[in-house]
Formats: sequence, structure tokens, C-alpha cells
Amino acid sequence: MDIHEYQAKEILVEYGVKIAEGGLAYTVDEAVQRCREIDGSVWVIKAQIHSGARGKAGGIKVCRTHDEVEAAAEALLGKKLVTHQTGPAGKICNRLYVEAGTEIARELYLSFMIDRSHERVIMVGSAQGGMEIERLAVTDPNAIIKIYVEPAVGLQDFQARTMAFALGLGEDLLNHAVKTIKGCYRALRDLDANILEINPLVVTKNNELMALDAKMSFDENALFRRHRIAELRDNTQIDPREVAAAEAGLSYVGLDGDIGCMINGAGLAMATMDMIKLAGGEPANFLDVGGGASAERTEKAFRLVLADEGVKAMLVNIFAGINRCDWIAEGVVQAVRNIDMKVPLVVRLSGTNVEEGRRIIADSGLPIITAETLADAAEKVVRARDEMVAKQG
Amino acid sequence: MAILIDEKTRIIVQGFTGRIGTFHAQEMIEYGSNVVGGVTPGKGGQTHLGLPVFNTVKEAVEQVGAEASIVFVPPAFAADSIMEAADAGIQYCVSITDGIPTQDMMTVKSFLRRFPKAKRMMLTGPNCSGTISPERAMLGIMPGHIYKRGNVGIVGRSGTLGYEAADQMRRLGIGISTSVGIGGDPIIGSSHRDVLEKLEQDPETKVALMIGEIGGPQEVEAGIFAKENMSKPLIAYIAGLTAPPGRRMGHAGAIISTAGESAAEKVERLKELGVTICPTPALMGQTVAEVLARL
Repeated sequence: MDIHEYQAKEILVEYGVKIAEGGLAYTVDEAVQRCREIDGSVWVIKAQIHSGARGKAGGIKVCRTHDEVEAAAEALLGKKLVTHQTGPAGKICNRLYVEAGTEIARELYLSFMIDRSHERVIMVGSAQGGMEIERLAVTDPNAIIKIYVEPAVGLQDFQARTMAFALGLGEDLLNHAVKTIKGCYRALRDLDANILEINPLVVTKNNELMALDAKMSFDENALFRRHRIAELRDNTQIDPREVAAAEAGLSYVGLDGDIGCMINGAGLAMATMDMIKLAGGEPANFLDVGGGASAERTEKAFRLVLADEGVKAMLVNIFAGINRCDWIAEGVVQAVRNIDMKVPLVVRLSGTNVEEGRRIIADSGLPIITAETLADAAEKVVRARDEMVAKQG
Repeated sequence: MAILIDEKTRIIVQGFTGRIGTFHAQEMIEYGSNVVGGVTPGKGGQTHLGLPVFNTVKEAVEQVGAEASIVFVPPAFAADSIMEAADAGIQYCVSITDGIPTQDMMTVKSFLRRFPKAKRMMLTGPNCSGTISPERAMLGIMPGHIYKRGNVGIVGRSGTLGYEAADQMRRLGIGISTSVGIGGDPIIGSSHRDVLEKLEQDPETKVALMIGEIGGPQEVEAGIFAKENMSKPLIAYIAGLTAPPGRRMGHAGAIISTAGESAAEKVERLKELGVTICPTPALMGQTVAEVLARL
């Protein structure tokens, strides 16, 4: 689960990380009010969306007068920002973070994340902050320092010092750098974060070390024990279909194609989507209904898939293990009857009680196309989609 | 015996008396697995499904000689149960539980590393369908009847895609020595490579099939291991051709986050390493049949 920059900064302050003075605004008036509260004559208005690379998308504006602040706030609030991380749909900006302008002497990079192949927390730093670390990793890999943390003992002072020196933070800033680095590590561990990234971490002209941006992402599986973090969820930043899916206990990812899918199991879902593509189609979504798909859940899944108006045909592919094909078939028949489907449906059932399941589909009298194998199912749904498109002209 | 389990392996169920634990314990017993009891803290001394319930794994090891365990404990407590099994001297543990926090798994792996290799419990999962040696024993939640006994070893992250492979093979008359589900989480007990190492040593296994996904380096690492250390042919399918970068496809581990993690890139690397690639998921059985025919 991602959170906003201002939320991450609020957390980091508690862990001893310095940030610039700032405040949150939901309206233009509030943005101007925040400026009045903040000392100085330069303010930065930052769009709060769940994405990096906001600057390039015009989401960060430097202002020198209250009129400029007003104009910037007006330009950003309620608008969708498209960055290279949001996808073409963009993300809506409902909140602004108003921050005192900082005079930057140097920009650094610091991040912590769970490295799944090493099964440890990795700390990554670079004296060349501000730019995309992925690009730097390609152009100048030696400019990036990586330090692994042994989980049993945690981050040690010597490791924090090693990082501080590598970032070029000398004697006068060393103690604060160690405090900042260790604070970040503790925040990640205490709060079950997967990623904590400060880019840039800056040295100001007043020789202070400060987090100018902050990004944190949390482990969904740990939210049951992180109530405070769970409350930071902002559903306006998530595809509404994915929000609805999560509420129904389904796993859904919207894609750009026009063949809707409902499948049990993430691996089989990805494989089925591959088959659709190989058969010449494009999947409209990834949808895993999971084990124990009841008739009710099946209907919810159908509604979710068909809510996408671009869907021209739908494929159901179930390999029943704990599930039983007869239960799934009943769910499918019920869903089709209740929803009044307008697009062709292909159903492929396999596994436990498959004969019974196929009989229920056949006896329903509904215009459901059945398929025996994975290849057969993919070909049939692509053909049905093509016919549908031809019919619609 | 087959790798990891056979009909003699003495199995306990952790989370035995719960609804899910009870259901799958029954299924495993019906399949022929040698389930000798279970653990539910606080219910020690009771009898469940005609078998003894213990308070701790250690008691189960001491009193009924438990060698393997399967964990159905809820996610908040599952890491603790896995570590308890390792501490008690269980040799092989399957964790079915889905939704264990990543940092808990980091702790589990760190705990397991403290044991010398010879005494270290092997863990597969979490968030997997388990392990089956067809017609001998099932330590998992799969539909046992789709697996035919034979000489192909399977290792895969996904449950239902593994069923699909087993089913395609059965239709072609091909059987399986052992099928191991390693799970779809970011941090897991054993990797593809760890299981391939076992399959290479297994006299029953002639060919290995790896069913992988987008995300992480482990399929390529397994390919490198196969090139350097395996005499048996390795076949692979990688799911997720259509997956966009940065989007998590159901499994927490199935997300393309860095270069080399997409399905196409993995397939390219595996081909270079001499692995036979299943061109489509519908041809997993067919590809295995062709490789077997060349042996």
C-alpha cells in the first residue's frame, strides 16, 4: 500500500529525520493560508499523488508570491496528473503539500527496501541524488552503494557511518546522518514497510541534512497489525475497479484489452491471459477469484469484469481443486441470469466434478460457449470477440 | 523413496482442529498420507479425526515421531508455527497459509539459517498448494486424482497452473514423480533451484518441469543451476507475457520491478542456458512428451 509524501514525512519526523516546514491543503484558500504560516518568501506547492516523477508532469511548482500560490493550487487541485509511473489514466490530485523553499547545496539519494532474493533489508545510497536511480544504475553503477542488513541484529552504527561517508557527509553532519539513516531503517522495520525512499535527501546551504521528498510503501499482509498505517489508505489514488475487487476479496488488475477474464489462481490467470494474446486477443483484466469461489463471489466477479464497457467477450477458466466445478457452474449460470449479459461468454471447467459442472451449463439453456482445454478456450473467446466487434460494426 | 515425502513419512498438521486444517487433513488421509496427529496449542490430549492432538510440535516429534508438517495456521501466527516446527526437529514443512507478512518471513529465513545445513528443516511455501508424490503421499491441498505416478518432477510457484500441467500430462499418459509448489510470495522457504537440486538427485525423476512467473531472479538462477549441475533435461514455462511493469499480478512476488524480470526476458535467458521452453501454457504436457521421447 502506497501513502502520500506528506504522510511519509510525518512518519519520518517521528524517527528523527529533518524535513522542511510545511502543511497540507485541500483547497486554494488553505494553500495560501499555509504559506502565511510558513516563514520565508519562497514556497513549493507539491501535488500529493501516489507517483514519483511529479516534477516532470508539472506537479511541483515553485512560487514567490501568494498570487502565484493561488494560481498553482488552482492549476493542480482536482486535476489528473500523468507521470511515467501512473499510466495514461493519470492520478487525481486532491491534496497539496505546501512547503518552505529550500536552498540546496547537494542532492543525495537514500532508500531502504526488502530485497527478496537476499531475504534482507538492503540500504541503497548515492551521492548523486535527484535523478532516477534506475538510470544511474546503468550509466554509473559505481556511484551507487548497497549495504545489506543482517535481520537478526539490525542496522549497525558502522554501516550507517559507511553510508554517510559514501554520501560525502563529513564530520559536521556525521552524527545527524547516522541518526537519519538509522531512523529510516527503524521506520521500515517498525511499520512493516517494503520500501522507504528519500530522493532527494539534501544538504542545504545552511548545512542541514533534510528529506526533501519521501516515499513509503507498506506490506498489505501486515496491515492487520499496523492500524495507523492502514488508515492512510487513499482510495482516490487506486483504480476504482481494484478497490471494489479488494472489498469483494478478489484480486483484479485492469488492462487495456477487450476480453474480460475470470480465473482461479494467479498463475493460471497469467497463463490464460498469455493464451488469449497468443490466440490474437488482448485481455481486459487480470482477475483471480481464488479458492472457494461461491455463487455470490462469482456474480461479483462477473459484475466487476463487465463494468468495463470496453469488454467485448468474456472467458471463465476454472481449474477446480478445493473448488468444485458444479458449484462454479451454478454460480456462472446464476450470474448470467441476474446480470443480463450482452457479450458472448466462453466457459472452460476442469478438475473436481467436471462432468456435473458441464451438465449444469448445458442444461441451463443459456448461450454459453463451452471449451474443453486451455487452447480451445482461448481460440473460442477470441473468435467470439471478433464476431462481436464485426456485429457492432 | 520419492523426494521429500512418501507413504511412510510421518506427517502432522499444524492448525489441526481448525476448519481448514480438518478438511485438508481428511483429504490427505484419504489419499493415503501417513498423518499421525496434529498440533493445536491448548487442545493437547484431545483426539481429532481419531488422531492425537498435541500442544507443541516437540511433543508430536517425541510421542509419534513426526517428520513432516503442514501449516494451516492463520497468517498472523504462521511464522511462529514454522519456526516451532524447525526448532522441534521437523525435517520438512509445507506452509499453505496465504498472507504472511514479508518481514515475518525474513525472520523465519534468518532463524532457519542458524541451523547447520544437515539439521536445517526444509520449508516450501508459504502461499503454495503443497507437495505430492502421486499414489504415495500428499502434503498439500491439491486435487490428488489428477496426478498420475511417473518420472517427471514438477516445481512451480502457482497452484492451479500446476494442476493444469499435471492434467495435460495425465491426458498424454505421462506421470509425475513429485510435484512441489513453492508459492507466490516475495520471500519463500525454497526456490526453484532448491527443488531442482532434489529432483536431480532423485532416481525416479527423469525430466524436470519448472513453472515460473514474472518477477524476481529465481527462474534464471534455476536455469543457471541446471546448466552447471543437472544431467536431466529441464523444461520451463514462464507465465505473464501480458503483465505490465509495476503491477502486481495476484501473487505478491509476481511484479515486474527491475530489468530481466519480465516473462519475455526470462524466456530469452533460459533459452540461452539450454532450457527447453514451453511456447504456450497449453503445450506444457506436449513439450514434456517431446523431451521424454528423445531420452
